[in-house]
Parts: sequence; C-alpha cells; structure tokens
Amino acid sequence: MNIFQMAYDYRSFFLSGLQYTLLLAVLGVFFGFILGIIVSLLRMSKFWVLRFVATAWVEFLRGTPMLVQLFLIHYGLATVGIEFTAIQSGAITLSINSSAYLAEIFRAGIQGVDRGQTEAARSLGMKQGMTMRYIVLPQALKSVLPAIGNEFITIIKESSIISFIGVADLMFEARSVSTITYDGMTPLVIVAFMYFILTFSMSKLLGRFERRLNTDDRG
Amino acid sequence: MIAVKNLQKHFGKLEILKGIDLDIRKGEVVVVIGPSGSGKSTFLRCLNLLEQPTGGEITFEGQSITGKKHDINVTREKMGMVFQQFNLFPHKTVLQNITLAPVKVKKLQQTEADKIAMELLRTVGLEDKKNAYPAQLSGGQKQRIAIARALAMQPHVMLFDEPTSALDPEMVGEVLEVMKKLAVAGMTMVIVTHEMGFAREVGDRILFMDGGYIVEQGTPAEVFGHPQHERTRDFLSKVL
Repeated sequence: MNIFQMAYDYRSFFLSGLQYTLLLAVLGVFFGFILGIIVSLLRMSKFWVLRFVATAWVEFLRGTPMLVQLFLIHYGLATVGIEFTAIQSGAITLSINSSAYLAEIFRAGIQGVDRGQTEAARSLGMKQGMTMRYIVLPQALKSVLPAIGNEFITIIKESSIISFIGVADLMFEARSVSTITYDGMTPLVIVAFMYFILTFSMSKLLGRFERRLNTDDRG
Repeated sequence: MIAVKNLQKHFGKLEILKGIDLDIRKGEVVVVIGPSGSGKSTFLRCLNLLEQPTGGEITFEGQSITGKKHDINVTREKMGMVFQQFNLFPHKTVLQNITLAPVKVKKLQQTEADKIAMELLRTVGLEDKKNAYPAQLSGGQKQRIAIARALAMQPHVMLFDEPTSALDPEMVGEVLEVMKKLAVAGMTMVIVTHEMGFAREVGDRILFMDGGYIVEQGTPAEVFGHPQHERTRDFLSKVL
C-alpha cells in the first residue's frame, strides 16, 4: 500500500492521534510555562528554603528520564492511592518536566535584564512585584523567546512517550495502524512527517513573532 | 527637608561612606563633586535607599526612612531619580515610560497621566517623540525623557546621578538646560556631576567629597573661589 493511500485510509487514526498529541503539548506548554515562571522566581527568592525547594525541583526533573517521571506519576503514585487517568498523568509529566527547563531559561533571562531597569522602576516607587511584572519579565521573556521556542518544540516531540501509558496520541496510533496493516514502516513515516509539520510550523510561527517584537522597539 | 546623620556604607570590608552629615533645605540645589571613588554616587543612592546604608540615619520631610518599619516605596514616589545610564524602559514608548508609574503607583487615570506627560514633554522639548521607543532617541533625548519620567511622579526632590557623564559632548548642553529650568522653578535637587561650570552656575551649595567624607562645602564662590582644603584645591586644579 502506498504511503498516501495509507494516510488516507487510516486518517481517522492519525487525526485522532494528532488531537491527543496537540492537546497534551498545549497543556504541557501552558502549565509548564506558568509553573516555570513560578519556579524561576522561587529560585531567586530571598528565603533559602524556597530557593532550595526550587533548585531541587529543577535538578531532579532535569536529572532523571522523563519516562521514569511518567511511570512514577502514573504507576508509582497509584500504589499509594493517588490515581490519574493516562491523559492527566501525561499532562502532569510534560508540565512539570518542561517547567524545570523553562525555569532555567526564565532565570537566565531575568538575570540578564540590566540592573538599572529595576533601579529605575524602584526609584519611581514601584514595588518589587510590580517591577517584575511590568519591567523585568517582559524584557526577559523577549530575550529568551528563541530558547522558549526550542522548549515548546521539545515538548511536542517528547509528548510521544506518553503513548507508553496508553494515551492514544500520534505515536500510539502509528503502532495501531502497524498492527492492523502488518506494515512496520509506513505508519511511522507518516507520523514522523506529522510531528515535523507541527514542530516546523511552530518554529516558523515563533520566528515571525520574534521579528515582530524586534521591530517594535528597535525600528 | 532631607537630614542625613552620620551616614555610613560599607561593602564587606570596603568602607565607601565613613560618616556623612548633611541638611538639605527645601528648594536648595546641592551639587556634589569629587574624584571617582569618593563615594558621591553611593551617597546619592543611599538617599532613596537604592543602596541600604549600613549605619546612620536619613530623615525625609520629618520622617526617618532608614527605620525598619518605614515603607520606602512611599518615600520614593516623592524622590525622583535620574541615572547616568538613563535606564529608560526599552520595551515601552516614551509616553508609556512616563505614565507607567503615575498610573500603576499613584493610580492616576491613563488620560490624566497622559496629560501630565504631554506637559512634561513640552517642558523638555520632546513632544514629537511621544510614540518613539527609547532605541530611536539620542542620548541627550533619552536623558531628557528620563527627567520627564521622574518628574511625572511630582516628586519633592530630584536626585541626579552623573546625568551627563554618558553623553556625547554636544548633547550635554540640552540636558543641563532642562536641569537649569528645574532649578529656577524651585525644585529641590541633589546633583552628582563632573560639570564644574554647571555646578558653579546652578548650585546653591557645593559639596566636595573625597575618601568617603564631605571634605568641604559652601557656596560655589567659596568652594571654587577659595577652597580651604588641600584636597579640594588639588582636585579643582585638575578639573578646572
């Protein structure tokens, strides 16, 4: 069977897989982003306990395989009575895992903003939180946008491991189609292509967004 | 208006300020001069607690601001500051730079803040730049905007930290001109500068700092005309 024929015949499999992959990537990006900002702020906290917790969080999540984290959350926690559906476990794993990487990116960005910016804002009577929100974070986010984009792309790709716990994402559907058609190659090529379309358009989109931001205040 | 008593600041073992005493009256223009490393910038930055003093007391309008329970943010609203490096917010337009603090801190309506900002832009001669971003401005223009931004909070005193030191020579004049206008209008000002001509012309009082102390102070005529201390004479002979 040729590749286009297969893609067409089994489109319902691939499209439904695409939905789950997109859903999980979006959840992972969204919560990873929010959690990442929080963790990065904690890492720069005045209180050593918070700094310690945030640092441990980052080091643990970066230093262990995501597959192990996934199994810990899905199967490990179930043994102590905390049970999640496969989708929930997948979303949680992707979120916390990317939060660790994003936190480091944000921290670099925040620390890269000139101290004079904070001083100017504080000298105008703005409180620390306000200064962070209106002055430091917008500039930090802009400077780390390319790195964030890479992380988003990574999340899309890495989301494929959640097929291990039975979420019917693209990867999972590829194997389903393989089982039905006895073809070990073509379905994988099709989903590889689909992943590529996702990540490639994502990187194009971010590139355009970046250029727009740049023309805003450098033009 | 500002009373400084035995102000000290050290970074680790390094003593920058070794006990500064000073009273600044309302409407007074105090110009601080002295060699690099004499502590003049640190002194200025202690006045609004951008540097936390390690000893002594600062009173602003009758209130101690160095005490633990004092909310420095409230005081900073009344103390404008202008920096050597301008420190405009690069991601905001000129108008946004000026109105951000009045809207967020003083809770003014945006339209009201815009009105104040436009008036200030007129004062500094940059009305036509209201929608520009800082990167599109020259150094002199940036510093004039920075002054307008500080003034938008309607401060009772303005602190200037070497406002012309980062400027190309041909832009120094336009910034000093704006500051002169402010001084004439009766603003209380503390200015750290290397512009001796300006200090002499605009200052009500000149402070000469060296080695973490105020070595000598007086009217411009006294300090520039008849310096009493060897170190003052030595410094002035090098810069005049």
